[in-house]
Amino acid sequence: MMMTLGNGSLRVDLKLIADMVEPGSRVLDVGCGDGTLLSWLGDKKQVDGRGIELSMAGVSAAVAQGLSVIQGDADTDLKDYPQGAFDTVILSQTLQATRAPKDVLSNMLRIGRRAIVSFPNFGQWRVRAGLALGGRMPVTDTLTYEWYDTPNIHFCTIRDFTELCRALNIRIDTAIALDRDGAVLPMSGAGWLANLVAAQGLFVLSLGD
Amino acid sequence: MSAAHDPDHNPAGLTVELGRDIPIRLDCGVEMDRVVVAYQTYGRLNADKSNAILICHALTGDHYVADPHPLTGKPGWWIDLVGPGKLLDTDRYFLICSNVLGGCMGTTGPKEVNPATGKPWGQSFPVITIGDMVQVQARLVDSFGIDQLFCVIGGSMGGMQVLEWCASFPERVFSAVPIATAARHSAQNIAFHEVGRQAIIADPDWRGGDYLEQGTYPKRGLAVARMAAHITYLSEAALHRKFGRNLQGDRDAFSYGFGADFQVESYLRHQGSTFVDRFDANSYLYITRAMDYFDLAAEHGGVLANAFKGTKTRFCVASFSSDWLFPTWESREVVHALNAVAANVSFVEIQSDKGHDAFLLDEPEFHATLGGFIEGAARHRGLTAKGGRP
Repeated sequence: MMMTLGNGSLRVDLKLIADMVEPGSRVLDVGCGDGTLLSWLGDKKQVDGRGIELSMAGVSAAVAQGLSVIQGDADTDLKDYPQGAFDTVILSQTLQATRAPKDVLSNMLRIGRRAIVSFPNFGQWRVRAGLALGGRMPVTDTLTYEWYDTPNIHFCTIRDFTELCRALNIRIDTAIALDRDGAVLPMSGAGWLANLVAAQGLFVLSLGD
Repeated sequence: MSAAHDPDHNPAGLTVELGRDIPIRLDCGVEMDRVVVAYQTYGRLNADKSNAILICHALTGDHYVADPHPLTGKPGWWIDLVGPGKLLDTDRYFLICSNVLGGCMGTTGPKEVNPATGKPWGQSFPVITIGDMVQVQARLVDSFGIDQLFCVIGGSMGGMQVLEWCASFPERVFSAVPIATAARHSAQNIAFHEVGRQAIIADPDWRGGDYLEQGTYPKRGLAVARMAAHITYLSEAALHRKFGRNLQGDRDAFSYGFGADFQVESYLRHQGSTFVDRFDANSYLYITRAMDYFDLAAEHGGVLANAFKGTKTRFCVASFSSDWLFPTWESREVVHALNAVAANVSFVEIQSDKGHDAFLLDEPEFHATLGGFIEGAARHRGLTAKGGRP
């Protein structure tokens, strides 16, 4: 996946995530692709970064840059890490493709002090309209797959996600609504309007008391 | 071409005697006070001795990594990787590779003469382990005054040694590359080794291991052992691609006999017959045994992660998709153990149909990944980048 927009600048939503990471912290990027975000964080914020990526091409490209990345996935490879191994665990646009999103979230907050999660919002009006009016499984700019070839097996709306966080006693520290280009929308990221308008949700999570 | 344009480089290799001051105590309890180690070096050790890479060879390998083999004349077994400007750059790094304890290319082993008796060790040689091999390597590294190796790298049995190094001498390994290996030898692999050993032992010329004294050589047994083992180094796809069911060049029909009708038979026979010219049958018994005994978790209370507790080493684990001798899941077990101690680890499964032997062959994706890892590790170690020499 191409994550950069040329001359070393990050895709808008990745830049947003990168800005939330503390300099010098320990970061795990789950589904790190070719390591664009980790590389940026290493250069600009001196983080101790690790990555997990499914594709050989992605892992190869990342390791060839000198990054520490293992071939694996969120479902099988988070459980081994010890508690509190990372300051921040990042899961960008991958939650909907995991087999057990609930376990993935729990594991992220076990091994990390906080988690940054972004995902496509299935509650957006385009999706709702596609299903309600078109009578077809929605294919939009952010959800480009047909039903039969999609790797995305666990879609949720922003409201579904906040409900799950509540059930798991996960605290939402920050909620940001994004449009289809990853630009920030001027509204509460966890509210009803975001659930209707946002193409993506971006959440910073930690364990509740 | 010799790997090093270094005028001091001796393609025949070097030897050193270890253990005289402090005997080497083997896992079996035997102490050895005269262990000769045959080794080779490439490149130059830098002033602060921070650029040394130890290469660990596989079961039937040796220290002729990038020099022609003295018996077969074939190019070094890792010539693709080792040389000036190559991935293991002899212009930047000081590379060391030694023939393992129990080997037959100059290091003390069953073929060599036991100084106490004046006769070849043969079956009186003590049974050795991967840990013993690594202990001897550590003594060799000591002899250079090197405290910490920049990297320890090896495939298959060499990878076992890499893991053993990381567990036994964690502070002496800055980075580690265990390739196509496992933290313990599987039942299936022990089984294949046993077939090979029994083939040797069943050869009447083995003479209870005393063949050197009795002037015989169990070449039929050793050749069969090699033939069986060689199959495990390949993959079905690679065998099919190379040979299919093709008959040998001069045949267009079956011979209705037991000659080598098929190309694959002729190939295996060739592998077997050339192997006996360069390898010692007793060495084969001892080294396969050492691999069988290897179980890093068992040495650490049954929990593999314990072997790596507190490690600061940077790891790059690699496996090959068609390797059924050391399948990817065994590498994954190592990775999971390293994750459990939050170690710094990279892992990639390279897509290849070349089987276990892929680690010795031209695999561009593997080389690109490995090159990036070494370069990244060099940066973290403060070793000068390419073209930026002081």
